[in-house]
Amino acid sequence: MKMVQSEKLIFEYEKRDEEGNVIGMNRAIDGVDIDISEGDFVAILGHNGSGKSTLAKHMNAILVPSGGTMWVDGRDTKDPLELWNVRQSAGMVFQNPDNQIIGTVVEEDVGFGPENLGVPTDEIWKRVEDSLKSVGMLEYRSNSPNKLSGGQKQRVAIAGVLAMEPKCIVLDEPTAMLDPNGRKEVIRTVQELRRRKKVTVILITHYMEEVIDADHVYVMDNGHIVMHGNPREIFSRVEELKRYRLDVPQVTMLAEELRQNGLQLPSGILKTEELVEALCQLNWNT
Amino acid sequence: MIRDITIGQYYPAKSVIHRLDPRVKIICTLLFLISLFIQRSVLGYGAATVFLGLVIYMSRVPLGFILKGLKPIIMLLLITVLFTLFLTREGQELVHFWIFRITDKGLEITVYTAIRLIYLIMGSSIMTFTTTPNSLTDGIESVLHPLNKIKVPVHEVAMMMSIALRFIPILLEETDKIMKAQIARGADLESGNIIQRAKAMIPILVPLFVSAFRRANDLAMAMESRCYHGGEGRTKMKPLVYKTRDYLAYMINVVYVLLVFFIGRFVSFHIWIF
Amino acid sequence: MSIKLEHLNYIYSPGTAFEKQALKDISLEISQGEFVGIIGHTGSGKSTLIQHFNGLIKATAGALYYNGENIYEEGYNMRELRSQVGLVFQYPEHQLFEADVLSDVCFGPKNQGLSQEECERRAKEALDLVGFPEKYYQQSPFELSGGQKRRAAIAGVLAMRPGVLVLDEPTAGLDPKGRDEILNQVEHLHKSTNMTVILVSHSMEDIARHVDRIIVMNRGEKMFDGRPKEVFAHYRELEEVGLAAPQVTYIMHALKARGLDVRTDATTVEEAAKEIIRSFHD
Repeated sequence: MKMVQSEKLIFEYEKRDEEGNVIGMNRAIDGVDIDISEGDFVAILGHNGSGKSTLAKHMNAILVPSGGTMWVDGRDTKDPLELWNVRQSAGMVFQNPDNQIIGTVVEEDVGFGPENLGVPTDEIWKRVEDSLKSVGMLEYRSNSPNKLSGGQKQRVAIAGVLAMEPKCIVLDEPTAMLDPNGRKEVIRTVQELRRRKKVTVILITHYMEEVIDADHVYVMDNGHIVMHGNPREIFSRVEELKRYRLDVPQVTMLAEELRQNGLQLPSGILKTEELVEALCQLNWNT
Repeated sequence: MIRDITIGQYYPAKSVIHRLDPRVKIICTLLFLISLFIQRSVLGYGAATVFLGLVIYMSRVPLGFILKGLKPIIMLLLITVLFTLFLTREGQELVHFWIFRITDKGLEITVYTAIRLIYLIMGSSIMTFTTTPNSLTDGIESVLHPLNKIKVPVHEVAMMMSIALRFIPILLEETDKIMKAQIARGADLESGNIIQRAKAMIPILVPLFVSAFRRANDLAMAMESRCYHGGEGRTKMKPLVYKTRDYLAYMINVVYVLLVFFIGRFVSFHIWIF
Repeated sequence: MSIKLEHLNYIYSPGTAFEKQALKDISLEISQGEFVGIIGHTGSGKSTLIQHFNGLIKATAGALYYNGENIYEEGYNMRELRSQVGLVFQYPEHQLFEADVLSDVCFGPKNQGLSQEECERRAKEALDLVGFPEKYYQQSPFELSGGQKRRAAIAGVLAMRPGVLVLDEPTAGLDPKGRDEILNQVEHLHKSTNMTVILVSHSMEDIARHVDRIIVMNRGEKMFDGRPKEVFAHYRELEEVGLAAPQVTYIMHALKARGLDVRTDATTVEEAAKEIIRSFHD
């Protein structure tokens, strides 16, 4: 079953001069084909301005393509009649934790989505409780969001999306504004969800450490998909990633450096334990 | 200075008044305010005092806290008092100097006006002290709901109010940050005349507006992505439901208002204070 | 050019229910030309600390000397101090307000009371120092890319020609390349002008690569103060307070534990690679 699929997706916006006259078109997305199956954990990488966030906004029909097609759960996002269905099936978490919490109390914010969907009151309460429980924020239910840390706010935002019972969650740079602990907190929450709810997760980020558990990785640059593969394949192409203004985790970098110095290590090492293991093997063999 | 203003604040406590349905509090407050204007006798004011005192007592909000809320209106109060005192010409003259004269009638009206104003503020602040901004918004939306028929966007206005409540602290914090950043760049916000000071605010106001717009834009997007499409077809997580205590509160309030009305109408005797 | 703190304490809203000791008995000295990193998790007091350096926050107890002068003394020129200790806040681009980049960068020098000509000269010099391209000088700062905005904002502080530059999380929200560019620029700036630089960061990897000295803050107290290798040797204690050492430090410790003959004090990829290769060649 395909969850998100796009074909020759193009998105253009008008470039204007100082008086506001249209002087040309900018292509933020240029012929993107993606294919994400139900239950997958997919990461989309790219530097700031590569088009990755613009692509993400298509999955929720916040933006509609200027050319090509985007399907979410089999629905064409261009179809105005499907708008609310698309948004319900692909929930979205944004970058700035402050700017996406609507409620003045945590539980009311989580209830906002179901309220919009017209879910009956009793059912809303059940969903709010379940969602807050799955992100580990139940004890904060009657707090003001202003008193929470960045990581906690993002978990509330994730709960807010979960309460709409989507099939797919699109996280658009959810950790970009967080400190390392907040970042870990959010990524851990997402992994938990994947394990327990089998929901499709699409993570847009430029932090490479966050994608090592992904099933598929897409790399974007200049509106194009420039790399596609599993994390190991992608991370073995260090030089190419650097060209796209990206980075690899220190461990991958170190392994690469050692390889270039003649050590016989496998390519695309992602985790500390892997490198330590490989080096120990090598040590015993020599 | 800003900290002194207690009007509109919420005072957390666990009282019957706090637990009342916000609609009850809004409507009863309105009725109470009206009751202040349909009476002109000591007995009527006595009833209002007893009623207000009882509500304050039941709300468990300290009287001192409520009186503090009167501070910002002292000036307004004084002006009103002086005007009515000196400009009322009817009645028997008590004192006369230069162009001013104080009459017994004027004194009476002045005292009543002062009481009326003070009770007005106290009555409405009891409502805000005992109702969270959220439920107040819900209450207003529900009370004004009939206006929907004449195309007043009641739901939208209520939504705007609750968003404003959420973002005011964020924007205050942001203002503080921007001010500090500009002071770090040598901005002088404290000296100079009014025009210079107003000019010195530009480096703070421009970034603040830019940020507010960015936030508004983000928020609109986040709301849309969570299927917000106005009030139509929306259900409520916390619908307002009247309980026994709410009906009781209505009844007591109605009895009070009727009492005041009849006192004003049929009790003809006037007890002069002095 | 030195900053010296003696038993500095800061208490938020003293005497109220919100009273909180944000800084506890901090004593330290930062001398001319140092490149210092300050680390600590959110709420550890590091932001409060750096706002003391330029007098934005006044300590509730203790003393702060800038160039030997107590800044809390009556009649001390605070505005002069603020131009001497340039403080770049987190997301500094949020403070941009002028119609074009050059005018915005001129804001600081203008507040110092310099002539228009001198202001522009300093602004251009500062923009040059952060590697801001000249062709964008007349652009609206709101139309720039994230990285360029950040540069323009940093230049806005540099244009005051401070002796000390304090940067609070200068790479927050930037992509990896943008992050490296800014940090390399700061390092270059430090080397070429011998300016004292104080860098607050969450990234141990970035800190390890660039600074000479690390100050670790925890619950308002100074926890460690030393060279990166010394500080990261305490990686277990750092973890206990929600911090960590760079990833390579863990790799070295793991290798050592598995019997490889390596030193464990590497804090950058280059050092680690060198050390591992050495151990293999021995």
